[in-house]
Amino acid sequence: MLRRLHSLPGIMLALGLAVVTLTGAMLSVEPVLDRLAAPEIAHGTSVATLAEAVAARHQSIDSIRKRADGSITVAFSDGDVNGVERIDPTTGAGLGPYRISAASRFMTNLHRSFLAGDAGRAAAGTGALAMLVLTASGMMMLARRLGGWRALLRPIQGTPAQRWHGALGRLAAAGLVLSSLTGMWMSASTFGFIPESQVAAPAVVASGGVPAPVGTLAALKSVDVADLRELTFPAPDDRLDTYSLRTSAGEARIDMATGAQLAFMPATALDRLQDLIRMLHTGRGAWVLGLWLGVSSLAVPVLGVTGIVLWWRRRAARPRITMNVSARTADTVILVGSEGNSTWGFAATLHAALTVAGHRVHTAAMNELAPVYASAERLLILTATHGDGAAPASASKFLARLATMKKPVPVTVLGFGDRNFAHFCRFAEEVSAAFTARGWPWLLPMKRIDRRSAQEFAQWGQDLGAVLGHDLVLTHVAERPKTVTLELAEREDYGVAVGAPVAILRFHGAGAGAKASRLPSFEAGDLVGILPPGDPMPRFYSLASSTRDGVLEICVRLREGGLCSTFLHALEPGDRIEAYVRENPAFRPAKGRGPLILIGAGAGIGPLAGFVRANDAGRPVHLYWGGRSAASDFLYEHELAQHLAERRLTSLNTAFSRGPNGGAYIQDRLAADAPRLRELIRQGAQILVCGGRDMAQAVTLALDTVVQPLGLDLATLKSAGRYVEDVY
Amino acid sequence: MKFVLPALAATAAFIAPTFAEARQVTFETALKTYGGNGAYVVLYVTDAAGKYKGTLWMAGGKAKYYRHLSDWQRASGGRPTEIDGITGASVGSGKTLKISLDIADAMINAGYQVHVDTAVEDGMDNPSEVVAPLDTSASGKAVPGKGYVKSFSVTF
Repeated sequence: MLRRLHSLPGIMLALGLAVVTLTGAMLSVEPVLDRLAAPEIAHGTSVATLAEAVAARHQSIDSIRKRADGSITVAFSDGDVNGVERIDPTTGAGLGPYRISAASRFMTNLHRSFLAGDAGRAAAGTGALAMLVLTASGMMMLARRLGGWRALLRPIQGTPAQRWHGALGRLAAAGLVLSSLTGMWMSASTFGFIPESQVAAPAVVASGGVPAPVGTLAALKSVDVADLRELTFPAPDDRLDTYSLRTSAGEARIDMATGAQLAFMPATALDRLQDLIRMLHTGRGAWVLGLWLGVSSLAVPVLGVTGIVLWWRRRAARPRITMNVSARTADTVILVGSEGNSTWGFAATLHAALTVAGHRVHTAAMNELAPVYASAERLLILTATHGDGAAPASASKFLARLATMKKPVPVTVLGFGDRNFAHFCRFAEEVSAAFTARGWPWLLPMKRIDRRSAQEFAQWGQDLGAVLGHDLVLTHVAERPKTVTLELAEREDYGVAVGAPVAILRFHGAGAGAKASRLPSFEAGDLVGILPPGDPMPRFYSLASSTRDGVLEICVRLREGGLCSTFLHALEPGDRIEAYVRENPAFRPAKGRGPLILIGAGAGIGPLAGFVRANDAGRPVHLYWGGRSAASDFLYEHELAQHLAERRLTSLNTAFSRGPNGGAYIQDRLAADAPRLRELIRQGAQILVCGGRDMAQAVTLALDTVVQPLGLDLATLKSAGRYVEDVY
Repeated sequence: MKFVLPALAATAAFIAPTFAEARQVTFETALKTYGGNGAYVVLYVTDAAGKYKGTLWMAGGKAKYYRHLSDWQRASGGRPTEIDGITGASVGSGKTLKISLDIADAMINAGYQVHVDTAVEDGMDNPSEVVAPLDTSASGKAVPGKGYVKSFSVTF
């Protein structure tokens, strides 16, 4: 809901808001320029003296006014010509005609009305409201994502677009809130929604005597030019008219013969508030504030672009669900837990088949579970599992939300996973257990789908159809991800002698010259999905290089009977593969210069070596890596030695299981190095672990012991993003 | 820019009891190319003694700027009822405001005068920059203004 409130108006209004904020940023420079051009008016000259000097130069004067830009102008009439000129605030000497530059006027009109009159003004006012909503909802989303309002200043993890969007939004938020609130006020005031202060002009009786020279009038002598807003002269041929003098304090009527103040109307609180708001919005009279607002405004076009990029990616990542009815009116609700997007494909197939069968179906992410299913007769959960049994991205809040659901309906759970993994469909099991514990009736028992099997899915469809009392044919054609063709450039082979062949494979875009396909954009630690011939199911490998290295590098251990690793190990330079990149922003070194502790074993060194290679800034990086034999499978041996020499790598600790004295494992090295590790963690080090499941478990055990004396545990470090794993 | 108004739209002072006793009068106000935002222009009538009789037309919709039309403000008291139903958009730089009204015969050739006040944001306020008689002998004769008005004419 919050996201929709944020992204829909954001996308629709991005262009308009970009115009308003860019012009606003340009206008924000004006107070500074004005201040340089017209320094603050010094005290010491009375309004009477100034008016006298000006009156001597013109036949008749209409008014002397202090303009918004800080200059003093006089409106005069000489014979048949009226004019306005700037004057020196102390001497009253003419400084030439007063004109607002056409550029500034254009900017102002574009800013407040899109050059489209009242309709444009209304649009700009609505834009201010939208900007307030966007800022507030954006900050709420950011706070939620970072773990609460107190965590708002934490580093933001994610793709570059996500990081820029969050970090810029956070910086600009205060300025944008101020700009939009004051802008809304000014807009409302323009359209008369805010009452003008209606102080009835007091009836004044002028003496009607012979007008005295303006320089002799007592009430004007007592007011300093620095406090002047406007002095209006009496009509030339009306002896009963008066001078009218406005200052920030209010408006005085002054007799033109006696110089006495006949009446005074003090400025109302509303007048003062209007003045304050105008100053807060324009920065006129507060140029530092103005510049700050301008800089904040500049963030908005960038927020618009990154926001649209994020929205588009999210949208493109989901297959289209056609005829998705509203949550309130659906009889069947399908909720999807997916990390990539393959589970959405199954949901789309199910949605279409149920719709054909006459059901009103609503499909949404599991995180959108809400007590709004007024007409629902059944709830179907389709979920994958992320990593080691965790909730996938679109289901991370599901269990918490389930706890708030009051009205159980018959439910079933379909888990997607891979039987080769230790925890096959573990999250789906967790969800099922939660439903059972809360007493929801089962429509069908939970079922697992192995490796996106279309057959098993079709079988489940028959079972579901039987319960619903009609045929349900689910023909799922897996959507092939958009792949690029890559060509093997070179390979290095290790570990053959110790019976654990590992290959470092480097690919570049297929083809040569201008026709060569380009490498997709990726960073070390991202994943590459490779489609082995004859199997639509991609296998994922952690990337050891980034796009700027010019190659796509992976480290692959040959698994017995492994379809994809066998295929990859058989590749010769020049052979081609179909692959695509999946971002893995969670497994990436945190920004900054804090130390990194990299821990891996076997082929898990791939992304870690990539992190080291990218460490041009020379932050402290400590690598712990375990292999079998220094002589046979010491991956990246020479490259790491070079990184050590060039200080990209601070220290390297290796453990070889077939080494001397019965060998050692990486967890032994960690235990032996406990004091140093503790010190690094005390300094804020981030730990990144990559490798097999067994190694990761051993590392967890070893590190828990290491950090205990610090009063920490791995769960705490994990939740702070200081302990991240890429485990397979 | 042309506004043609039925007799009833004008303020009470000018309403003729029947059309036979009224005559259509066209007021044409051409502005200079002063190069600024739209000008607020007000046309109003005073009697021979300079006493305010009524407003013919107010070009400019936002009441908070009316105080810049200072002669009109002073003469009329600036009450919203003075311009109820006879308000239009402000007049752009170089544009012409043309309005036609049915004016009672009794008002014509009787010493009444038409005043024009103009004002532009960040520019000048021009109270009574044009004062022209409601006199058939001056029909169609263009007079210049002191501020933003290039020429003003009343045609009977």
